[in-house]
Amino acid sequence: MALKIVKGSIDRMFDKNLQDLVRGIRNHKEDEAKYISTCIDEIKQELKQDNIAVKANAVCKLTYLQMLGYDVSWAAFNIVEVMSSSKFTYKRIGYLAASQCFHESTDVIMLTTNQIRKDLSSPNQYDTGVALTGLSCFVTPDLARDLANDIMTLMSHTKPYIRKKAVLIMYKVFLKYPESLRPAFPRLKEKLEDPDPGVQSAAVNVICELARRNPKNYLSLAPLFFKLMTSSTNNWVLIKIIKLFGALTPLEPRLGKKLIEPLTNLIHSTSAMSLLYECVNTVIAVLISLSSGMPNHSASIQLCVQKLRILIEDSDQNLKYLGLLAMSKILKTHPKSVQSHKDLILQCLDDKDESIRLRALDLLYGMVSKKNLMEIVKKLMLHVDKAEGTTYRDELLTKIIDICSQSNYQYITNFEWYISILVELTRLEGTRHGHLIASQMLDVAIRVKAIRAFAVAQMATLLDNAHLLTGNTQRNGICEVLYAAAWICGEFSEHLEDPLSTLEAMLRPKVATLPGHIQAVYVQNAAKLFATVLRGQEGAPADRTVAQETSQLLIDRLPLFVQSANLEVQERASCILQLVKYIQKLQQKDVEVAEEVTALFAGELNPVAPKAQKKVPVPEGLDLDAWINEPPSESESEDEGRKPKGKAVFAKEESKHTKPRYTEVDEKELAKRREVRKAEQANNPFYIKASPSSQKVYQDGVGVEHIPVVQIDLSVPLKVPGMPMSDQYVKLEEERRQKDKADKKKKDKKKRREKGEKGRRRKGDSGPESEEDITPAHMVDITTEEMPENALPSDDDEKDPNDPHKALDIDLDKPLADSEKKLPVRTHRPDEVLRSPVDDGEGVEVVPELKKKSGKEKKDKKKDKDRKKSKEEKKKKKHKHEEGENLMGAGSEVPVQSEDSNEVAAPPPATTTNEASDLDFWLSNAPVPSNPQEAAKVSEAPSASTPEAVSGMAVVPPDSEPEEAKDTEPEDTSSKHKKKKQKKEKEEKEKKKKKKHHHHHHHSDGAGDESVQNGNVEEEEPLPPMSNYALLAENSYIKMMCDIQGNLQDGSQVVVSVIFENKCDSFIKAMEFNVLDSLNSKLQRPEGAGPHDGLTVPFQLPPGISNEARFVFSVQSIVMPQKLKGTLTFIVKTDDSSTHEKLDFKLHFTCTSYLITTPCYSDAYAKLLESGDLKGSSLKLEGVSQPFHHLLARICFHHHFSVVERIGSCASMYSRSIQGHHVCLLVKTADQTVSIDAKCDEPGLLGNVLDEIKLTFSQC
Amino acid sequence: MIKAILIFNNHGKPRLSKFYEHYSEDTEQQIIRETFHLVSKRDENVCNFLEGGMLIGGSENKLIYRHYATLYFVFCVDSSESELGILDLIQVFVETLDKCFENVCELDLIFHVDKVHNILAEMVMGGMVLETNMNEIITQVDAQNKMEKSEFSSFFSLYRRLSFSLPGRTGRHRLVLQVPLLVPCLP
Repeated sequence: MALKIVKGSIDRMFDKNLQDLVRGIRNHKEDEAKYISTCIDEIKQELKQDNIAVKANAVCKLTYLQMLGYDVSWAAFNIVEVMSSSKFTYKRIGYLAASQCFHESTDVIMLTTNQIRKDLSSPNQYDTGVALTGLSCFVTPDLARDLANDIMTLMSHTKPYIRKKAVLIMYKVFLKYPESLRPAFPRLKEKLEDPDPGVQSAAVNVICELARRNPKNYLSLAPLFFKLMTSSTNNWVLIKIIKLFGALTPLEPRLGKKLIEPLTNLIHSTSAMSLLYECVNTVIAVLISLSSGMPNHSASIQLCVQKLRILIEDSDQNLKYLGLLAMSKILKTHPKSVQSHKDLILQCLDDKDESIRLRALDLLYGMVSKKNLMEIVKKLMLHVDKAEGTTYRDELLTKIIDICSQSNYQYITNFEWYISILVELTRLEGTRHGHLIASQMLDVAIRVKAIRAFAVAQMATLLDNAHLLTGNTQRNGICEVLYAAAWICGEFSEHLEDPLSTLEAMLRPKVATLPGHIQAVYVQNAAKLFATVLRGQEGAPADRTVAQETSQLLIDRLPLFVQSANLEVQERASCILQLVKYIQKLQQKDVEVAEEVTALFAGELNPVAPKAQKKVPVPEGLDLDAWINEPPSESESEDEGRKPKGKAVFAKEESKHTKPRYTEVDEKELAKRREVRKAEQANNPFYIKASPSSQKVYQDGVGVEHIPVVQIDLSVPLKVPGMPMSDQYVKLEEERRQKDKADKKKKDKKKRREKGEKGRRRKGDSGPESEEDITPAHMVDITTEEMPENALPSDDDEKDPNDPHKALDIDLDKPLADSEKKLPVRTHRPDEVLRSPVDDGEGVEVVPELKKKSGKEKKDKKKDKDRKKSKEEKKKKKHKHEEGENLMGAGSEVPVQSEDSNEVAAPPPATTTNEASDLDFWLSNAPVPSNPQEAAKVSEAPSASTPEAVSGMAVVPPDSEPEEAKDTEPEDTSSKHKKKKQKKEKEEKEKKKKKKHHHHHHHSDGAGDESVQNGNVEEEEPLPPMSNYALLAENSYIKMMCDIQGNLQDGSQVVVSVIFENKCDSFIKAMEFNVLDSLNSKLQRPEGAGPHDGLTVPFQLPPGISNEARFVFSVQSIVMPQKLKGTLTFIVKTDDSSTHEKLDFKLHFTCTSYLITTPCYSDAYAKLLESGDLKGSSLKLEGVSQPFHHLLARICFHHHFSVVERIGSCASMYSRSIQGHHVCLLVKTADQTVSIDAKCDEPGLLGNVLDEIKLTFSQC
Repeated sequence: MIKAILIFNNHGKPRLSKFYEHYSEDTEQQIIRETFHLVSKRDENVCNFLEGGMLIGGSENKLIYRHYATLYFVFCVDSSESELGILDLIQVFVETLDKCFENVCELDLIFHVDKVHNILAEMVMGGMVLETNMNEIITQVDAQNKMEKSEFSSFFSLYRRLSFSLPGRTGRHRLVLQVPLLVPCLP
């Protein structure tokens, strides 16, 4: 054995190691590839040997070759071998190689699972470390699923070195195996407070990365992060946290308010530029989120802008760049404060650094006004001329167009100037943005009617000089503008001075070199021009010859297009050719045709908004995915896809997508044909080769003689006469404005004379010209784009469905269900069934402690509940201080948790149910209307509101803004009060009504109309009668019906209305109603009564009579439904005797009975949903056949909801629990399936309510 | 997230490439070439940030680089990283290399790319920053190297020492490649 090792090592001495390989490659500069291929052969030999040292050496060399671009995946198995070596040296080599070249589709990866697991649990921390590092690069969904538990265990490793790596890699595990996020999250959260700064930093890193994608799920961590931010000194951690806050503030404006002060402090105190910059960035984000409806934080904005100016003025280009970047963020919400630094930004436009110029360009966008637009664009045009790189020039071009076209051409006062700018831009060589310019031309010409005459004239000149542009025929090249030019000239040909010459320009043979889609437009618009020419000339009969000549011109030139390889061109051309031939015939017979020809193109095209098609609502009952006919066979459908669809040439959006494909195909085909022909010609000895310049394209055409010789006028000056330079307009505009100003001044003077004193003050302001003073050159009517009539307002851009982070949008505040508390462990195959952790039999076998644990978990949960309960009691006793302290820690449960979770393998139970309210509380130092609980409490118990508010203030952290809080508070409460009162009144009315009905007949027919009122449903169709009174108990003497309603007056009360009906023909008296109290629910008895005494029903029942009595129960937790046992005792008195009887019953307090119908305005509703405090859940009901309004009415009636809004087959509903929980439903229906998405700040309650709704519908 | 870390010299020769997302070998080479073209045409005194090349995510990603003597160190990162922070990180990286190699120069990176990888692994893991404290990094790297040494007999260590002292320092390009990356006094 020893001999073997020595032999192996001697062998190795003669092998090349990595250094030899590198040196060898460097010495074979001329034949590097050949040298490397011999090396690879050597490596292959080495890999065949048994000696692991040799193998490791070979793998090490392969890693180097991989960097040079050689595929080494063939050695994947050998890499796995080296990875599994017991020696750290080799292991490290193996893992490095694996991390460089393994990926998800490497099949040997599945062999590594056990090896990695072994390494993860190795006693040597570096074995573990190396395995974690490697795994972080090549983790697959399978590996993530199989190893998640092992890694989770490592998160609590004794060595911080392992802990931090384990924490970091969890992010990768979450990405690949989203199911692990919820179980692992509590522990990850713990690591935020790890004693080791490295581990802490890693945890911050991971959570920030997670939160960046789905910020709303991490809002509840804000207090914890806030604490870290104010305590940490590690700049890396601070930067991460501050960046995270930047992502969270848009979701919770109150958070932003809280942040501003500590952030400003940091800005003032830190010396680290990186930290300063991130602070400024987050302050900006805060300001953006506050900008709506909040008083100006002008001081903070000023501070930011001022700091950024310092950055921009710094000699360090990096700071300059970042300063500009951050400025552009401020620009969006506070353009005024940025505009004052215009000088600085314009200066940056001249910077030698392109990155900085680009950033400055971004800023220009927000700096323009009517006044300075021309000036700024002029400056940019100068830059366009100077720019060397095409990228930068293209960027300038798009920026110019962006700036000019922004907010519906808001800043353009003179469209002639803009058209000239566009025309000037067409002179750019090699730009990729021809299409952009073209679409601008079209847009302006179509939407600004006043400019058409001018635009048409300009376009005609462009067409006339088309040869200047056609040098570049590449896609999106500048020749695209000819597309626009031709169309504008054709469509608005009535404005053309000389349509005939334009027509002639459009039919030049050179046109045939343009891309097909442009030719097609040329042909079509030639026909339009033809119509115009005819109409213009038929009026004057003397010119009949001209008309006939025009026809002849078309007949002469069109055959060129008829031969086009492009289908669209060919088809249009041959159609029009035949048409013109027919017209010519008519003309020869002296028939007036102009009118009929014009009629072909009659009617105006209106601009249609780009999204218009998408916004057309799908009519109810139309399923777009359903087959109309039986689906055709595979091959057929493929053919169909290839067939050219009906193209709308003039709808720019569509044509953009379809056209390039045709040209590509054409070019390819042409090239192929050309090749074939060339080969033919080369082989043909009799073929006389043409000079290269001759027009090859037409060579095989039939009608060569038809092609007229075109005189190319080379002396056409670049500056075409009649093509105005945009500069001219700048001057003109200035003059015009001067004049306007003068006029105004005159008027002002007049006014001043009239008004005397008042005028004098104005003198001071008239210095700088204000925006309103500038009037557009000519009245411009910008037509808005058309939208379908009942377009849906939704403007949401769909997210990328392939985004891996979408799967991580998981609610982390929901407490873990039992089944979730452990991760599924070890499966051999990606088996769908095994993914469900509950059924994972194998997993249970492998980790038996986990199974044991789950029982314990239940206990924990119970404890939890108890704790909650006791908390609520505390609340009642108004021990607010204590509570506040707990909440400030935001981890009030943490100590208890660690007590419970002495076993490492199981994650601690999540106790986050309270967290949302914790967050509210934490943020509530400045109460905002959206704080639900606070508001509810304040209004419901006015007497209690003052101490509550005061205590809320008392626990406010030192950095709060108490004054502001006080400012907002009184308004809030009072307005809430009013609303509340109204609500109450309404509610009471409703109740009265209800009562009336009930007294008359239990199965009230009026219930229908009541629910209509509830749900605001205005349907003609009568609703089926409904009643909430359910049978409670019945015997031969008496029948009890009951209805359970929450009590509005007092927070935790439920009122049970019982209708007693005497069924026998005897007299019933001395009824006593008694209920066995539970811990949670108690019957309210009169003072002095014992806890087991019954309540006397205050009436007697003659035969056949019914009456109603009410009983009040106090309830503590409303999360779960309750059942209470009770007995009714009574005496049945007949004429001769009386007997004691009793009737047992069970009162069922459903969760629904804790809900109170509360109307909600849609804006408040939206705010509530946005607040992010609510947890979601959903429900699907199949086979519900009743009409939607019945369904809504049912939910309203049986479950005490009110409809907030209803749109089509979708409705939002709202209700509130007696303890102030908000319950929001979104009910949607589509053919017999009803889906209910629900949100509530108490997930337990919500779950039960949903179950009850489900039950309701399963019964009917 | 850091998407990739690339080190190449003034001529675009890769000295280290670490991609935290999978690309084929060809694409990797193209990305290196593209990045080199983007970075190398920039003057010395312009800012160190630029938008990523088309191949590696375009404008969603940023390239943050530093140029030391003959080498470019380029980090491709997304928006969650702080630009200035990454610049600092590059500096920490190079200083760490300097400590581990003693006056690090291009030649060290050429012949010991595996060691550079090991050092990098202690700083960045799976695209996320693991450690920024230079002393901590060096401690861990040293401890692992020590372990590696202890695994071999004296015979091996002799061999390894031999092979370590051999490479390159007498090569043709000595003068160019041995320019220390870190100038003694840094701003």
